[in-house]
Amino acid sequence: MSFKKVTTGNHAVSYAVWSSRVQIISAYPITPQTQIVELLSEIVAEGKLQAKFITVESEHSAMAACIGASATGARAFTATSAQGLALMHEMLHWAAGARLPIVMANVNRAMAPPWSVWTDQNDSLSQLTTGWMQIYNESNQEVYDSVIIGYKVAEQVHLPLMTVLDAFILSHTSEPVEIHTQEEVDEYLPPYDPGEYYTIKTEDPRGYGLLTMPSDYYEFRYKVQRAHERAIEVFKKEFKNFEEVFGRKHWFFEEFMMDDADYVIVTSGSLSSDVKYAVAKLRKEKGLKVGVLKMRVVRPYPFEEVRKVLGDRKKIAVIDRNIGFGYHGVFYEELKSALYPLEKRPPVFGYIIGIGGRDVTPADIEDIIDDMLKRDEMTEIIWKGVRL
Amino acid sequence: MIEIRIHGRGGQGSVVASKILADAAFRDGMYVQSFPQYGVERRGAPVTAFNRMGSPDEIFVRSQIYEPDHVVVLDPTLLLTVDVLKGLKKGGWVIINSPRDPEDFYKDFNFPRDYKVATVDASDIAVKWGLGSKTQPIVNTAILGALSKVTGIVTLESLKEAIKENAPVKKEENVNAAVEAYESVKMIQEVS
Repeated sequence: MSFKKVTTGNHAVSYAVWSSRVQIISAYPITPQTQIVELLSEIVAEGKLQAKFITVESEHSAMAACIGASATGARAFTATSAQGLALMHEMLHWAAGARLPIVMANVNRAMAPPWSVWTDQNDSLSQLTTGWMQIYNESNQEVYDSVIIGYKVAEQVHLPLMTVLDAFILSHTSEPVEIHTQEEVDEYLPPYDPGEYYTIKTEDPRGYGLLTMPSDYYEFRYKVQRAHERAIEVFKKEFKNFEEVFGRKHWFFEEFMMDDADYVIVTSGSLSSDVKYAVAKLRKEKGLKVGVLKMRVVRPYPFEEVRKVLGDRKKIAVIDRNIGFGYHGVFYEELKSALYPLEKRPPVFGYIIGIGGRDVTPADIEDIIDDMLKRDEMTEIIWKGVRL
Repeated sequence: MIEIRIHGRGGQGSVVASKILADAAFRDGMYVQSFPQYGVERRGAPVTAFNRMGSPDEIFVRSQIYEPDHVVVLDPTLLLTVDVLKGLKKGGWVIINSPRDPEDFYKDFNFPRDYKVATVDASDIAVKWGLGSKTQPIVNTAILGALSKVTGIVTLESLKEAIKENAPVKKEENVNAAVEAYESVKMIQEVS
């Protein structure tokens, strides 16, 4: 029987990793992620999880250890945040290029300088082109589920996956999470079988990742892209399977009050809770036909699904807790691009908010919705609440 | 939705108090959220933690709590430097770790009569049950006993269970401290 426990986002990750029967954990501590691997190190030390915990001197090495482990057919996990993720950058390309289904939790923390330990999405969004799949989460339950779904999908398409949770707002916040028994998780997630081509065997030596001539390299990249495209279908299948076993629905995004919505607020992560609250209030008090689309899977990007639900709306506001310098908020630029092929498409407005963990309230979201309603012409990004 | 703000100092167990309160409320059938004011906590520095408790059907926002229903103060010296009443809703409880009489806080600290004050000598209770040291008693479980009695938000039974689940050491002593505070809290009921 599953049970509900009041726990933090960080520990929700640890419990999910434990139930996923991960075999190798390698990590370097960094706030606000440290609690994830702290609890895992205890679980491993107590013999509750048959895994090896490899302590290393940097995040670059942590990912390198996961790459080595995954290449031998082990299920591997690491967790990091901000500067740690940035230091891993080279190895992120390696993990994806070598087609290794490593799952990592990244606690969204603002990049330095100036130093910050608080949340925004620039760390993970800086890694969008490395070939990793990415899932964003609003609640600790989603965090827990995403790890288990993550392994299931990653191992079928041979791509690594990063699940992302907001610093402190999820990582250090306690709320009820349904934790499942080993039997239940086993039913959904069988042991990792890497298959013949992805396993290093000393009795059958092969070369991996060697110098590849321009005559062949191109196809390696094509295949990574094809794997992402295939992952869309695998996600669909696994969301369905997950619901059958665990009873909870997941999708590339969550639709909230969307049925008759003329106006849609697109957002992601923990911010979505405040957006939902504001939207429900405006519906109730003013009868405003507004809904929320909370993005979850952004790599692979669910183009078709997004077009289907957003194409026929009057206006869209995208709220980004990140900034793609010299351009726009990342979710804003990606959404506009996704909608461009549609013949008839709504104007899209891009708002920036809450960078570096600046608190966001439902009142801030109401202001954004008011602002969107007044606008007709699309513009460049709009900064909410910046002090000048 | 009930919202509570807990004021303490690093090392007193404010964040754990917030977690235990959430766990107890969850055992009483509520949906809950508990979080610290995200900082780089240091021993002795002011620390704030927050709780939201309500029906599972409600939308739990994730912003900080600016207008709490009640506040809990683990260290009375915080009254000299922190505006613990900031945003507190009228009729809300202020539960203070202090040997003094609740009435003193209206007189000496000019608390508006809009607020209800309860005091409990949580430091003394903690020392008695061997929680922390004389100079740095860990008062978090005792103050929750007082909160349970005064507000009735969580039952003493659920609080005891939550303490057993979450106290890293001295589980029985922590339960005893909560029970003693539950029984000895002094409160003023009048609200103008």
